[in-house]
Amino acid sequence: MKTLNYRVVLLAFALIFGIVFSIPSLTQSEQGKKITLGLDLQGGLHMLLGIKSEVAIDSKIKSIAATVKYIFDDEEIIFDDLRINDDQSITFELLDTDDVQKAKALLSKEIEGITFSEKGLKFIVAMTEEEKIRTEKNAIAQAVDTIRNRLNEFGLAEPTVAKQGEDKILVEVPGVKTQEDKERLKKLIERAAHLQLMAVDEDRIARVATMSDAEAKSFGNVILTDVNTPEKYLLRAIPVLDGSMLTDAKVGFDEQNQPLINFTLNGQGAKIFGDFTGKYVGKRMAVVLDNKVYSAPVINERIGGGRVQISGNFEFSEAQDLAIALRSGALLAPVIIESERFIGPSLGADSIQASSLALLLGFILVIVFMVLYYGFAGVIANIALIGNLFLILAIMSLAGATLTLPGMAGIVLTVGMAVDANVIINERIRELLHQGKSIAKSIEDGYNNAFTAIFDANVTTLIAAIVLVVYGTGAIKGFAITMGIGIVASMLTAIVGTHGLYQWLLPKMDKKKLGFWFGIKTEGAK
Amino acid sequence: MEKSKRFGILSIVLLLISLGLILTKGFNLGVDFAGGTLIQVKYEGAAPIQKVREAISVDKSYEGASVTRFGGDDEIVIKTKTSSQVLGEDVGKKMNVLLKDTGVFEVRRVDMIGAKVGSELREKGLMAMLLAIIGILIYVSFRFEWRFAIASVLALVHDVTIAMGMIVLFNVEVNLDILAALLTILGYSLNDTIIVFDRIREGIRMIKNPDLGVIIDESVTRTLSRTTLTSLTTFFVVLTLFIFGGEIIHGFAFTLLVGVVVGTYSSIFVASPILMWLGFSVSDYRLKEAEKLKRQKEKDRMRAMYENGTL
Repeated sequence: MKTLNYRVVLLAFALIFGIVFSIPSLTQSEQGKKITLGLDLQGGLHMLLGIKSEVAIDSKIKSIAATVKYIFDDEEIIFDDLRINDDQSITFELLDTDDVQKAKALLSKEIEGITFSEKGLKFIVAMTEEEKIRTEKNAIAQAVDTIRNRLNEFGLAEPTVAKQGEDKILVEVPGVKTQEDKERLKKLIERAAHLQLMAVDEDRIARVATMSDAEAKSFGNVILTDVNTPEKYLLRAIPVLDGSMLTDAKVGFDEQNQPLINFTLNGQGAKIFGDFTGKYVGKRMAVVLDNKVYSAPVINERIGGGRVQISGNFEFSEAQDLAIALRSGALLAPVIIESERFIGPSLGADSIQASSLALLLGFILVIVFMVLYYGFAGVIANIALIGNLFLILAIMSLAGATLTLPGMAGIVLTVGMAVDANVIINERIRELLHQGKSIAKSIEDGYNNAFTAIFDANVTTLIAAIVLVVYGTGAIKGFAITMGIGIVASMLTAIVGTHGLYQWLLPKMDKKKLGFWFGIKTEGAK
Repeated sequence: MEKSKRFGILSIVLLLISLGLILTKGFNLGVDFAGGTLIQVKYEGAAPIQKVREAISVDKSYEGASVTRFGGDDEIVIKTKTSSQVLGEDVGKKMNVLLKDTGVFEVRRVDMIGAKVGSELREKGLMAMLLAIIGILIYVSFRFEWRFAIASVLALVHDVTIAMGMIVLFNVEVNLDILAALLTILGYSLNDTIIVFDRIREGIRMIKNPDLGVIIDESVTRTLSRTTLTSLTTFFVVLTLFIFGGEIIHGFAFTLLVGVVVGTYSSIFVASPILMWLGFSVSDYRLKEAEKLKRQKEKDRMRAMYENGTL
C-alpha cells in the first residue's frame, strides 16, 4: 500500500478545514465565527460624516470663559464686563489693582492653552494656536467616540464608527430596517447634546421682546428661544455650567407621568451649581440644550446635591434618545453628512437570493462542462473547486471578513478562474500524452510546466485585487478581499490538491482508457 | 502573422469607435462619481412613472430629477444631481411624503453622495487604475522582459478602452462597482496574455527557428485551446451573473462579460503582434539568456572553488 503523499493529505486537510469552518455561516448557527454580511446584503445605513471643527473652538472658548468666571468668583476677585469677542478673545476688567497679580497667577495656574495680557486693569485672554489645532483634532476623535457611544446604546447590532482619512468619520449601522429607525439614528448622531445652565438676566429681561441680538451682545447676553413655544429669554452669554460636568442622565417621570430627564453633576459641577444657586435665590436659571431653552425655573434655595431636571413635553423615545446623547457627551462640533447610503432589508435579501442563484448556476455549468470535456480529470478538478469554495467561506468566517454583493460576484468569478488552472494543466497533460509520454511523466511534466504560467497569471490578478483593497471602500473592498482569498485558495486546491489526487490515483490509471481519465477522444487532442 | 493585419485593423476600428464614444457621448456617471441622490423605489404592481415625476416636481430640490425603470416593471430609480448635507432632512422621509398618493411602495435604497466625496472617489479611482497598471508593468518586466511588459500593458489598455466604449454605448451607469469590474478586467485579461507569453517564452527556448513570427504562430496555435477554454469557463460564470444576478450588479456583470471576451481576443491577436512590432529580437534574447546562464555557471564554479579552498 503506497504511503499517502503529502499533497493528498494537504487537500484532505483543506477540505475538512473548509467544511468545518464554513458550517456556522451556512447554517447560521449561534456558535462559531460567521461571515459578516455587508450592508448591501443585510441592509443598513452607511454614512460618511464631516465635522465643522471651527465650532469646537467656539465651544472651548465659552468653556474657558466659564472657568475664568468661576475661579475668580471662588477667589473673590471682582471683575466687570466679562465677555467673548468676535475675534474669539475673552476680555474683562478688574476693579481692584491689588487683584492683578493674583489674577495673573490664577490664569497661569488654572487654565491651560491660553495666553493673556493686561493693560492696567483690562485683561485679554485668548487660545494659543496650538490649543486651537489640538481642539480641532480632538473634535474629530471626540466625535468618533461620542457617536460610537451613542450608537452602542441604541441597541442595534455592532455599529462601526471610525475615523476615515484626516477629517472624516465613517459610520456603519447594519440591520437598520425601518424608516423610523433610520431617522431616529440620524437624529441621535446629529444631536450636539450641548447642555448649558445659564443665568437669566433678570434686570433686562423685560425688554427682550424688542432687543436686537447685537444689543444683547453688548450687554454680555444672548437671546434664546424656548424649545416648544416662541417665548424668548435673555440669558447671560457665559454659561454657569456645561454638559462636560455631567456624570449621568436618566429618564424619569413627573406626577402626570410625563417623561423628563434627571441628570447628575460631578463633584466640581455640583459645587459650582451649589454656589450659583446659593447666590441667585429668587432669580431664574435656564436649562439650555442645543441652544434651546427647555425650562427656566426660579431658584428657590441653594441646590447642593448636584441634581437637575429637565422636562419639555418629551415623548418617551425622544427622552430616551436625549438621555443617551447627554450621557455620551456633547458633540463639540456639528456633523455634516458627506455621503449616505441606506439599503432596505428587502433589497438585501433579494440581492442574496439573486447572487446565490447565479453562483449555483454558474457552478453547475462549470462542473458539467469539466466532466464532459475532460472526463475523470474534470471530476478531479471539480473536487478541487468544491474544496476551494468551502475554503473561501472558512477563511472569510475566521478572518471576520465581510461578504458584500460584489463579493459574491467575486466568488462566482473565482469559480470560473479556479478551473482555469486545471484547464491549463489538463491541456498540458493531454499534449504530453499525445506526444506519447507515459501517464506518470505526462502528469509530472504537465504540472511542472503549467505552474509558472498559472502562478504569473494569478499574481497579476492579485495585484489588481490588492490595489482595490487599498483604494476601495465598503463593497468594493469586500469584492477585492473575496477575490484575493479565492485566488490564493485556488492555488492550493487546484494545483497542489489535484496533483495529489492524480498521484494517488496513478496506479489505477490505464493508458488504454484515456478517454475516461482525460476525456481524450480517440483522434487525439490538441 | 499575416492574419494579424486583419485583426490589427479590427482592433484599431474598435478602439477608434470606443474613443469616439467616450469623448463625445461621455460616461453616464453614477452618483458615486458625480455626486447626487439616488432613490430606488419598488411598487406593488407597475410603477406609475409619470405620476412619480409629477409628485416629486413639487419639491424644488428635485427639479430636473430623472425617473427611470430599474429591472422589472415595478421598480424605479429617481436620480438628482443635488445632495443634501443637512442632517435633519432625511431623503427617505421626504420620499414617503412626496410619493404618498402614487400607490403602495417601499423605499428600498437611498444613496446620497456629496459632491466633495464624488470627486474624491473619481480621483481615487483613477489612482487605483494607474497603480494597478504600474504594478503589472513592473511584475511582467521582471518575469519576462520589458518588451513583453509593454506589449501586455498595451493589450490591457486596448481591452479597457473597448470595455469603456461598450459601457458608453449601452449607457451603463458608472459607479464604484464598474470601476471594480474594470480593475478586475485589468488583472484577469492579463491572465490570458501571460499564458500566451509563457508559451512564447518556452517556444523561444525550444524552437530552433529564430524567426519570432514563426515562434509566435506555433506557440499561439498550441495554446489556442487552453486560452479559449479558460476564458470559456469564466465566460459561463459571468454570463450567469449577468442573467440571474439581479439588476444591481447587472452593469458590473456586463462590464466583466465584455472584458472577458475582449481580453481573450487581445491575448491571442493583439499582444503578440505588438511584441513583434516593438522589435523583439529572438536571437538577442537567446544571447542574453545564454549570457545569463554563463554568468550563473561562472558564479557556481567560483563558489565551488571557494568551498574547496582552491580560491
